[in-house]
Amino acid sequence: MPATTEAGVFDESELVAKAREGDLEAFNALVGRYERKIYRLAKHITQNDEDAEDVLQETFLKAYEHLGDFQGQSKFYTWIVRIGVNESLMKLRKRKSDRTVPLDEPVDTGEDTVAREIAVWDENPEQRYSREELGKILDEAVDTLRPAFRTVFVLRDIEELSTEETAEALNISVPAVKSRLLRARLQLREKLTRFFKRKGDDVFAYL
Amino acid sequence: MLTCKEFLVELNEYLDDTVDVELRRRLETHVTECPNCWVICDTTKKTIQIYKGMQPQVIPGDVQARLLKALERKAAALRQKV
Repeated sequence: MPATTEAGVFDESELVAKAREGDLEAFNALVGRYERKIYRLAKHITQNDEDAEDVLQETFLKAYEHLGDFQGQSKFYTWIVRIGVNESLMKLRKRKSDRTVPLDEPVDTGEDTVAREIAVWDENPEQRYSREELGKILDEAVDTLRPAFRTVFVLRDIEELSTEETAEALNISVPAVKSRLLRARLQLREKLTRFFKRKGDDVFAYL
Repeated sequence: MLTCKEFLVELNEYLDDTVDVELRRRLETHVTECPNCWVICDTTKKTIQIYKGMQPQVIPGDVQARLLKALERKAAALRQKV
């Protein structure tokens, strides 16, 4: 009897077990679950379609080949995200090898936590845009962040990893994840204000 | 009373609901008294919600086809090794 009550979890460990024995169909089922997330993550980090496709392939090829190393202590998703992040960072470094990619720069919570743009948003501002428009606005805003902030934001708030999982995947400390996430969130908030603020309004107008 | 800077430093923990009762009380007092921080807090919360609500887009068909091909080749190569 499977000890777990959650059908999804049981299915997944079953799939992983079969895939580990070389069952490609089982592995493809896992690919189907996570390929979109890995592709999105790769696109956000590398900011390049070709690199993102390479990352997607490399991630799942490596996962398939090294499935025996997967301990089953962490979630399969966390394990595969970690591979995807590593592959993405390698691409990013390669492409920008003439410049240093400041992934491990020291970050303080100084100056740029100061907000410049302060305006009230609509209750559901995203409804003003079509799905496509909204996706484009959100992606472009993330793309303007520096790599050190971008990667943390993507893992924490888009892929919904925990602070600890993010720290582990990026090989940085928990306080570094926290301070980068704060700056990323505040910068995005400011960028999105342009699109989402209540029309013809400012914060003091109705106080 | 907290300064705006002190409030912002704690903003993430506040939004992620990982602050203790006493700090939460002080942060809540600050937002009721500081309209700017109220706006920043509210719009940051919405920023996070909007991103969390985004479903990943479907992968282009040719990209997916190449992935599956590559996996088939890998599987075949690994079988030969055994």
